[in-house]
Amino acid sequence: MRRVLRKLAEDRAAMLGLALIVLLVLAAIFAPWLSTHPGDVAEFHTARRLSPPGPENWLGTDRMGSDIYSRLLFGARITITIAVTAITIAVIIGVPIGLVAGYYEGLGSDLLMRVSDIFLAVPQIVLAIAIAQTLGPSIENVILALSATYWPFWARLVYAETRSIKNEPFVEAAIALGCSPLRVMVLHILPSISSSIIVRTTIGMGGTILTAATLGFLGLGPPPPTPEWGRTIAESREFLPMAWWYAAFPGLAIFMVVMGFNLLGDGLRDVLDPRLRRAGQHGK
Amino acid sequence: MKTLVLIVNRLIWFFPTVLGLLAIVFFISHVIPADPAAFVAGENATPETIAAIRARLGLDQPLHIQFVRYIEAILEGDMGRSIFTGRPVAEDLMSRLPATLELTLVTIVVASLIGIPLGVVSALKRNSWLDHALRVVTIAGLAIASFWFAILLQLLFSMRLGITPLSGRIEGWGPEPITGFYVIDALILWDMEILWDALHHMILPVATLALPAAATIVRFTRAGVLNALESNYVLYETAMGYPRRLVIWKYVLRNALIGTVTQIGLIFGILLAGAVVVEAVFDWPGLGLFAVNAILSSDYNAVMGFTLIAGTMFIVVNLVVDILQGMIDPRETR
Repeated sequence: MRRVLRKLAEDRAAMLGLALIVLLVLAAIFAPWLSTHPGDVAEFHTARRLSPPGPENWLGTDRMGSDIYSRLLFGARITITIAVTAITIAVIIGVPIGLVAGYYEGLGSDLLMRVSDIFLAVPQIVLAIAIAQTLGPSIENVILALSATYWPFWARLVYAETRSIKNEPFVEAAIALGCSPLRVMVLHILPSISSSIIVRTTIGMGGTILTAATLGFLGLGPPPPTPEWGRTIAESREFLPMAWWYAAFPGLAIFMVVMGFNLLGDGLRDVLDPRLRRAGQHGK
Repeated sequence: MKTLVLIVNRLIWFFPTVLGLLAIVFFISHVIPADPAAFVAGENATPETIAAIRARLGLDQPLHIQFVRYIEAILEGDMGRSIFTGRPVAEDLMSRLPATLELTLVTIVVASLIGIPLGVVSALKRNSWLDHALRVVTIAGLAIASFWFAILLQLLFSMRLGITPLSGRIEGWGPEPITGFYVIDALILWDMEILWDALHHMILPVATLALPAAATIVRFTRAGVLNALESNYVLYETAMGYPRRLVIWKYVLRNALIGTVTQIGLIFGILLAGAVVVEAVFDWPGLGLFAVNAILSSDYNAVMGFTLIAGTMFIVVNLVVDILQGMIDPRETR
């Protein structure tokens, strides 16, 4: 474990990624104190609308005259809430399904994997659009749409990994010693495949944040005045090319965060899972 | 013979997968909503209209009967009517299909022309500054939200510099559709003005879509070439004293690129998903713009129709890629 951390610490790109993620988390936690206009999530000052970046409004103001910098900080909270909750749900659904389907062989396992294959057969954003459209725009529904579309990634991964190690001597030894199937799966198989799950989850965070922002951009995210980043960019389009800052900074925030997870995921993969070369499919 | 077995084998899985897709869309459209009829009718419908739709769609029937009816309707090409255009959804989707296909196909060509050589060079010069730079650029390319990148391109090239069109597929109405692909139509009509105009309008949307696609291709090509370079047959050929150039061109690239070609399916999925937002930003009259307009106007049948079409296209492309891979790679047909 220590060796892994040391190798990761030598990877400058991965450390940059980690720094970006820490920045996001700090921004989200300390948003009320870091922001210059904490009230501007809901308040507007029409006199100051669309003013360029300056000493009063560091990153300019939007169509309502609200401070973009402050709204971005509070937007970080939404981004984290959506991504962390959606991924957690996806992991909680996907990992057990993959474990069970991989451990037992039979019709039930095949069926479970077929179902997840079908979900994987549709581009995630398309499925998420259909679900979010049906449920209506809200933060909970975005989370639901994302977890419903992303769980098969973990199911597939855990299934393949479980299949590949379940005939290893240490698993057979555990079974021979009389461990229950549940114990074998949770205490013997799961720890040895955890590194793949960690890598997949880190990269999945980036993809989920992008998809969530896209839903927001399409008007399927949390409704206004929520300072969701994707929606802010959609709002800004009317005011281009004049108010460039309105579109530029929220997009930069999305980019930095997704980049952070992708860099860290890439570094983690190199360290934890040398078999998986940097071929990766980010943004999925 | 073996090829035939392979094709049949893949086709056997094709139908259950499409059926599964239908089941998912059915579940989303018929089971999740409290009153599907209200969704189909739209926001301003009267209770009478909703009741009529409920009866017409058989929503008072048990679910399994509804599902059978739903599949029957889809098989007949009936996806309901769009509230927004007032026309059958299937017709609307078909008329917009060429625009999206043209965009994605041109993008795949452009992304491959850029991505494959860069991936090869990156692997051959592993750990050089170029390799490291490409690593950062490809990760960045996959981290940019395409709608944001599209807006930035518009801002710079269309609004500030004024050298590319802001949006649309062509100036004015465009040529009378023959194939619906403007580039091909222009060539058939031999009208260079239309051809130039169509290509000019394509620059920014293609650039937006090609960025993540090319990044993915670079990464896969790099991994494929590295795998081939470390293989036993390359070691053998090098030991036999074959010139490096010959080994690379004849053995490494040929084997590595098979892997890249099979990634087209995955990339097609990225593009199809990307087309939704890119078409919205550039007002590109394809499936994606249709879907976004449908979302904005709560045009329920249209959104579900789009989901079905996009999913089916994705499944078909993956099927074709699967079969092609099997035909190229002898290990698959053994």
